[in-house]
Amino acid sequence: MKLSALQQSYMNRRNNSFRGPAPLDSSSDGSIKSPSAIFWLILHGLCCLISLVLGYRFSRLVFFFLFSTSATNLYTSPFRSATDLSQTLNFHSNPIVNPELPFNRTAATTTTTAAVTTSSSRVVVGRHGIRIRPWPHPNPDEVMKAHRIIERVQMEQRLQFGVKNPKTVIAVTPTYVRTFQTLHLTGVMHSLMLVPYDLVWIVVEAGGVTNETSSVLAKSGLRIIHVGFDQRMPNSWEARHRLETKMRLHALRIVKEEKMDGIVMFADDSNMHSSELFDEIQNVKWVGAVSVGILAHSSETDESSVLVIEKKEDGENPSMPVQGPACNASNQLVGWHTFNSIPYAGKSATYIGDRAIVLPRKLEWAGFVLNSRLFWKDAEEKPELVKDLDSLDGVDEDIESPLSLLKDISVVEPLGSCGRQVLLWWLRVEARADSKFPSGWIVDPPLEITVPSKRTPWPDAPPELPSNEKVVVGVQEHTVKHSPKTRTPRSKRSSRSKRKHDTKIVDTQLPVRHSEQN
Amino acid sequence: MSGWRWGFLLLVYAALILKTGAVEHGRTQPTERISGSAGDVLEDDPVGRLKVFVYELPSKYNKKILQKDPRCLNHMFAAEIFMHRFLLSSPVRTLNPEEADWFYTPVYTTCDLTPNGLPLPFKSPRMMRSAIQLISSNWPYWNRTEGADHFFVVPHDFGACFHYQEEKAIERGILPLLQRATLVQTFGQRNHVCLNEGSITIPPYAPPQKMQTHLIPEKTPRSIFVYFRGLFYDVGNDPEGGYYARGARAAVWENFKDNPLFDISTEHPTTYYEDMQRAVFCLCPLGWAPWSPRLVEAVIFGCIPVIIADDIVLPFADAIPWEEIGVFLDEKDVPNLDTILTSIPLDVILRKQRLLANPSMKQAMLFPQPAQPGDAFHQVLNGLARKLPHEKSIYLKPGEKILNWTAGPVGDLKPW
Repeated sequence: MKLSALQQSYMNRRNNSFRGPAPLDSSSDGSIKSPSAIFWLILHGLCCLISLVLGYRFSRLVFFFLFSTSATNLYTSPFRSATDLSQTLNFHSNPIVNPELPFNRTAATTTTTAAVTTSSSRVVVGRHGIRIRPWPHPNPDEVMKAHRIIERVQMEQRLQFGVKNPKTVIAVTPTYVRTFQTLHLTGVMHSLMLVPYDLVWIVVEAGGVTNETSSVLAKSGLRIIHVGFDQRMPNSWEARHRLETKMRLHALRIVKEEKMDGIVMFADDSNMHSSELFDEIQNVKWVGAVSVGILAHSSETDESSVLVIEKKEDGENPSMPVQGPACNASNQLVGWHTFNSIPYAGKSATYIGDRAIVLPRKLEWAGFVLNSRLFWKDAEEKPELVKDLDSLDGVDEDIESPLSLLKDISVVEPLGSCGRQVLLWWLRVEARADSKFPSGWIVDPPLEITVPSKRTPWPDAPPELPSNEKVVVGVQEHTVKHSPKTRTPRSKRSSRSKRKHDTKIVDTQLPVRHSEQN
Repeated sequence: MSGWRWGFLLLVYAALILKTGAVEHGRTQPTERISGSAGDVLEDDPVGRLKVFVYELPSKYNKKILQKDPRCLNHMFAAEIFMHRFLLSSPVRTLNPEEADWFYTPVYTTCDLTPNGLPLPFKSPRMMRSAIQLISSNWPYWNRTEGADHFFVVPHDFGACFHYQEEKAIERGILPLLQRATLVQTFGQRNHVCLNEGSITIPPYAPPQKMQTHLIPEKTPRSIFVYFRGLFYDVGNDPEGGYYARGARAAVWENFKDNPLFDISTEHPTTYYEDMQRAVFCLCPLGWAPWSPRLVEAVIFGCIPVIIADDIVLPFADAIPWEEIGVFLDEKDVPNLDTILTSIPLDVILRKQRLLANPSMKQAMLFPQPAQPGDAFHQVLNGLARKLPHEKSIYLKPGEKILNWTAGPVGDLKPW
């Protein structure tokens, strides 16, 4: 035990002789010194002196050369049998094998101090070599195998301790082509790629199916149903909310027609979903509600709007409002936490891309999960829908949340320990409607607006050719950080040396450039 | 008539359904029954199978020592104290020594602690000798068999060799007076002087409540491949390595210190127990002695123990099939540890985890207070019961003497 070593050190501190007997240790046998013991003692002293002079311990090498065996054989035979040991002194060990000997880690020798009495044991006490293989670094094949083992173990854990009979997750996302679409859609896509259950992703695109969206979705490897919706996305938030609702109902119609079996959840493309959400929604029977954290964000860094947010009193957390089911002490649904938009009255954003705060509805669709069988025509024992999905086609009435679809909202099940856990966050961040972005986010051909750089940050740049500049500047932006660090003779040129510190200004002079990093 | 037929068919159909359901259920059962070389004995009840007589020794052998240093209740050698307490109130205890099968001597030999908390074994031989002298003179049962039906709990590093340093322990050997008695000890290594034939190996004491409070939900995915926390080089006593752990721990460090699959370090994190529950394999290499509480911790937390100690004898080796539960590695194979672990077939790994999840396995490693069925106390009693009935040859004829009372180092013969 390592504790014994500490005891040993404790005892050694109390003793004079190194590795000699402790004064309390009663195993010493008196002071009989045999001639051989004296000889070893003198040899030991000699070795110590030589080592002192040389600065390293050499006697082990001597021993190695004298008694070397093959490289694989690490244990030499004991010098004394056990019976001798019981009669010799405390200084019983082979003196060449004192711990003062040099230790060569990869040397293939060791010596023994005491052998076990029975000859059949292969375990020997004493100093052993530390075996190091020729290349002590990770082997990529082993790493891959280990990852597969871990995956299988985790799958087994999920089977045993997770949800039994997991249902397919049907994610419904309304989207349209705009500057921030790739950003938002990639986030949702990555969250869905990590879901450990079967998944079907219904993406409804306003303005019809486009290649932009398809190219983003193609990277996922998920099962996707990508449908288009005939109307184009309007510019005001009000209208956008309404159109999104229609798009979601369109997706539910698809669920009904295909008779999909699973749990429908609404993954709006700019929301953030936690992985616990997907585990929690497996528990739903018919209609479930989760708590949604509302990140009501404005690009204003105005004091007053921040203060308004601080003063909000809404449910448990005044600094971040939460929408979702409210429960009483016995974990029964008694009401709803909704978003209090009164402090923001008159200050909220109306048009997409406004700098004001974007407000959510009273209850967002994202906070609800539905069993897909709700929409089947002939499912047994399901809570009644107010209206059939088909009859909602073309209706102008605004369905604010799935609650309006149900006849009896007391069947709603609160999820996430009765709404106490916030499992997803609602956020709406958009650029201005007229903002441009390179299609597919690939800069080719060159952009419409290019501004030639007047002062290059690189003093030694070749004479500016208009065609080369764009390429060079992109590279220079990348290497801008390196130039201050390199000690080049350029620094001696007084006229240019001042520019070394202008590296940071370069960025602001080129607002529309995109560096060609790829 | 047709009604009966339909009823019969329905029964057959139902039986088929249930049977297939049961088979499927069996496949995803999280645990599996454990049976070792002695059979399926982990859940045996020792009550009624043996009787133990507890000698009443003066309190200077037990209570007073504990009063002087109550730290003895928390360290890994506390099994001797808790065994005594368990036996005092157990139904196997008998107050009539004539009907006893086994005799227990409550002497706390591992309770002489340094200021750091480490037990010093230097007085232990004398203490044990004095206790045996007492029982042999006050009761006739020792002399009847010269201790062959007596058992002692000696949980120190090398058991009844009473020394922390292996060479010295081998040199001393087991205390001569204990040669015929059954020793209940934590140390176990095949073909070693300090392990007698017929000794019972027990796990070291690990505090059950402390481990219970650090449990995390079982569905937390296991994401660490190999986990180890502890010393690789004992800088204080063996700075170059090679002595400590026979170089095995140092080899682990040198070969795998930059391997991302191996979460190994000498740090002492507060989340040690939680991390073990997130690991698939936990290394249990030898230190100065081959046994370690890491084995107990690995079993409790469901982490497959990788035992690197040549010829080690693990606790309750006849009741628990350790080969099927842990991974054994020769010390010479340490450089290939990663290859060996990744080449274990997946179904073998899953089976090991199922065996570890068996609650009787975890219970057998613990010393809970108060005692619970299937715990380590009961396993010790089961082990003692399996050795019954005693052979007739252990009873000595009057006047016959086998033990040499003056054997051993001179210092041991001094009175305590």
